[in-house]
Amino acid sequence: MNDGTTRRKLIKRALGASALAFAGGVGAVLARRYGLIPPDSGGLYGIGETLTYASQRVLLSRQNFAREFSRSQISKNFRGFGTVMPDYEPYFFSMIQGFSDWRLVVDGLVTKRVRLSLSEIKQLPSRTQVTEHICEEGWSAIAEWTGAPLSSVLNAAGVRPEARYVLFVCVDRHWGSLDMADALHPQTLLAYRMNGQDLPVAHGAPVRLRVERQLGYKSLKYVGRITVTDTLKGIGKGLGGSDPDAGYSWYAGI
Amino acid sequence: MADCAARPAMASQGIDTIVPRHSALIRLTHWINAISFLMLLVSGVAILLAQPALFWGETGFFGDPSLINLPMAQNEAQSGWGRSLHFLGAWIWILNGGIYVLSGLLTLHFHRDFLPERNQLAWRTLREVLSNQLLFKRPNIEEFYTYNIIQRLAYLTATFLLAPLTILSGLAMSPGLVAVVPALVEVFGGHQSARTVHFFAMSLLVVFLIVHVAMVSLRGFLPRMRAMITGRTSA
Repeated sequence: MNDGTTRRKLIKRALGASALAFAGGVGAVLARRYGLIPPDSGGLYGIGETLTYASQRVLLSRQNFAREFSRSQISKNFRGFGTVMPDYEPYFFSMIQGFSDWRLVVDGLVTKRVRLSLSEIKQLPSRTQVTEHICEEGWSAIAEWTGAPLSSVLNAAGVRPEARYVLFVCVDRHWGSLDMADALHPQTLLAYRMNGQDLPVAHGAPVRLRVERQLGYKSLKYVGRITVTDTLKGIGKGLGGSDPDAGYSWYAGI
Repeated sequence: MADCAARPAMASQGIDTIVPRHSALIRLTHWINAISFLMLLVSGVAILLAQPALFWGETGFFGDPSLINLPMAQNEAQSGWGRSLHFLGAWIWILNGGIYVLSGLLTLHFHRDFLPERNQLAWRTLREVLSNQLLFKRPNIEEFYTYNIIQRLAYLTATFLLAPLTILSGLAMSPGLVAVVPALVEVFGGHQSARTVHFFAMSLLVVFLIVHVAMVSLRGFLPRMRAMITGRTSA
């Protein structure tokens, strides 16, 4: 091989590598610009988390609904799972009063901070849906949920345009977050009824989240406070929730 | 004779002649496939440990009649890393597998080497291959360069039936993707059915892997490894 072909080969390779690096750089900037990077994009598994989140964000639109079932398919023995009674004294006293003194706080990047009572939430337009709760462990069960779409609660507070995530803090010390696409989806509810009854304590009374296009652990129970934010950095490990902090994916659409 | 293009006039050549056997792309995708398959297997077991029971139909909950209770000790603490590793492995498996299948179709690798040839389907040949296989007879020289009917059917089944089935049944368990394409899960008859099919399709791939590695060992581990790493083999 003479020097000419070697040089040509080298130049070709350098050009190829630069093109690849450029494409990667443009891709990263675009992904960030269009909100395709999840908060847990770093670390060993970050590439997989990012590919999954980005591809589902591209594929899923507001029109894509989780499957809904008929009432006859409701599971007979769907008992509560995880926390079934929060270990928190003020919760207990509120519970025995039928949650009459309970208030849901909505704050952060909103035009006005609001505090809603359970009856105020029940006065908002409601949605009823029979959906399948799919647990990451492998089990699944169908139930009917009634609640106020989270979007109507957020609209009552007025979400500011720089909002990117909605953060949920729960009485049982769990916390988590959703991006705006899932937070504003019509099936995302603050549910207060299950199978036609008041939401049982074991299922997150008085109000739990329903996020039907993700796995069960994103549907947090005992929601107490909702904070609209533009960043998840500095909260816990910055991964967007207590489950991600414990090693679970932030985005659970798979 | 299958795959003549890759094997120049071997009948006239001696036992020690070195001839190319696997293309660089096949070797690369083979080993990436091997690594991602192990990632999927280990993490799949980690996820399964959280609920080592299989159900049929849409739902499955504690107390519901299960199809099979697997003899594994339940352990809910392994599914966090298990899931992350599983989906990283799945991305590699699908992208790498896609490249392999596409190139195999374009280069006619499947057409030449996997599709059974007419004479291989003759009853007498089938019986001969099967008895040779079962008696662990050392293959004749031609068989070093071409796949017999059993190999062809095994590779076809793994590549075009079992692997796609694990991918489809896996995607059918994704609540996000199912919201886009509900048919993904409906063809399996429900979420839990998809999970059960996923388990059995993967189990059959593990059987394929065991037989594959056993046959490679029986036929000469080092020459076969050399063929899949360097691309050259001596019979």
